[in-house]
Amino acid sequence: MSVQDVRFDGAVNWPSNALSEVPFRVYTDPEQYALEQERIFKGEAWSYLCLAAEIPNPGDWVATTIGEVAVIVARDETGAVNAFVNKCAHRGNLLCLTNKGHGREITCIYHGWSYDLEGRLTGVAFEKGVKRQGGMAPEFHKEDHHLQRLRVEELCGLVFGTFSDTVADLHSYFGEKVVSGVRRVLEGRSVHIIGRSTQILPNNWKLYFENVKDTYHASILHSFLTTFHINRLSMPGGINISDDGGSHFSYAKLDYAAEDADYKAANLRSDTDLKLQDNSVVESVDEFGDQISVMILTAFPNMVLQQVRNTIAVRVVRPRGVDKTELEWVHLGFDSDDEAMQERRLRQGNLIGAAGYIAMEDGCVGGFVQRALQFNDDDSGIVMMGGHEAESQNFRASEAAIRGFWKKYRALTGV
Amino acid sequence: MAIDDTVRLGVAELYAAYADCIDDDRLEAWPDFFVDQCRYLITDRQSHEAGLKHGVIYCASKGMLIDRVTSMRRVLMFEQHRYRHLVGPPRVTRVEGGVAEAHANFFVARIMHNGETSLFATGRYLDRIDVSARPLRFIERLAVLDSQKIDTLIAIPL
Repeated sequence: MSVQDVRFDGAVNWPSNALSEVPFRVYTDPEQYALEQERIFKGEAWSYLCLAAEIPNPGDWVATTIGEVAVIVARDETGAVNAFVNKCAHRGNLLCLTNKGHGREITCIYHGWSYDLEGRLTGVAFEKGVKRQGGMAPEFHKEDHHLQRLRVEELCGLVFGTFSDTVADLHSYFGEKVVSGVRRVLEGRSVHIIGRSTQILPNNWKLYFENVKDTYHASILHSFLTTFHINRLSMPGGINISDDGGSHFSYAKLDYAAEDADYKAANLRSDTDLKLQDNSVVESVDEFGDQISVMILTAFPNMVLQQVRNTIAVRVVRPRGVDKTELEWVHLGFDSDDEAMQERRLRQGNLIGAAGYIAMEDGCVGGFVQRALQFNDDDSGIVMMGGHEAESQNFRASEAAIRGFWKKYRALTGV
Repeated sequence: MAIDDTVRLGVAELYAAYADCIDDDRLEAWPDFFVDQCRYLITDRQSHEAGLKHGVIYCASKGMLIDRVTSMRRVLMFEQHRYRHLVGPPRVTRVEGGVAEAHANFFVARIMHNGETSLFATGRYLDRIDVSARPLRFIERLAVLDSQKIDTLIAIPL
């Protein structure tokens, strides 16, 4: 059954063709959620799978999900990375029961069917029967029962996969602008994981993905930097949006030297101001030599790459039902980091994640929206800040990247 | 080597007082449970066993603890809630040079302002404690969570 054959009679209707109006039911409707699984996560989109660094050696594999679909990513003996569904072709049992592992083959615990690391069925227990009794029917051929494979491509050590045979190659899918954002942070550097955790968000996945694209809320909801006088809102920044709208990166520059002078001045300021006792949580260096202190990149539909000062992280967005999302934080360091940089990343790590000074609120605000929409979702929200289009802009008081999300979303879901 | 019972009792009292401080919402006093050059981390078992130093909260000085409290009280937006700690009996495993190593299990329930109560975190404190002076203070406290999954957010320290 192809995607087009799936009928979703109850799918949400848009009030107009404008990208700046979003019907609230899109966050609450179970049928809409099912449609997204088919047409986005299993459809014409590249989803983030894992870091190549998580499976460095032949035989290494990780188990993950695209949307709600369980998949395995494995490095085979030739060094190539493959991805296939984590579902035995025999009775549908989950093949890999842990998050990661290593081996020459993957064997189902249920009836012992085994697969190589390209997803090919290589062994069927008692295929010829026991003592010439039983065995598979003569028309059974192992080559007809390989695991469903995904297309896989890598970009700067990030591994992506898609169920689609027709979606463009990864580079074309994200477009030059977004690819340049990924390269800015990761190209030519070898990464390792310095920490990871998963936040359970009590809201629809789109509320989080929109939040990451929402450059309007950042200095309002997250008052940490402004409270402590450590943010210069007038510094230049902008938003780059892919042509299809789905992916983006926003950035803001920082005058590092001026900020350093500010710290020193802060010690002289009146006692009526709140002050940090320990500035090391924000003391950062211009790591990429371009003065950009914050870069937030989304890769539609499930990944965020962030540089917040000297914290680098991949965030993976995993829908878990219409009103639940898992948000995995994968904190990165580079192999070239010296001791001072390692410590800097750890201290600045307080800014982000489930307890992050400029991220904590994002963990709860989606849940507040979700609660407000309970049986009160007949109307629409508006995203008109900065106009009605989803074009790149050289200012950040804008909801253009959110509109881009809906542009891509509506193109894929056909609603 | 036998460990002095007064050290054991002192550590038990420290653990109880620490939990009371948080659960009674006297967070301004929370940094005083630590020496100035301290480390306080919230991490998880998998990360800890892998030798990763990253923490969901990573404080490397008493000043950073104070900043956590100031931020929580004055800056950060979240729904009001409290914790109830259940901390198991501490085991002191070693005392050397005025520093005790100790650990204890914890269960922490989160009670939202509307009364909704859930088991928020389980794990183990892994501590190094300065027992050379009174009151005893933490040199290092690692709150090692059993799970890598955190519901919604962590505002109040564990």
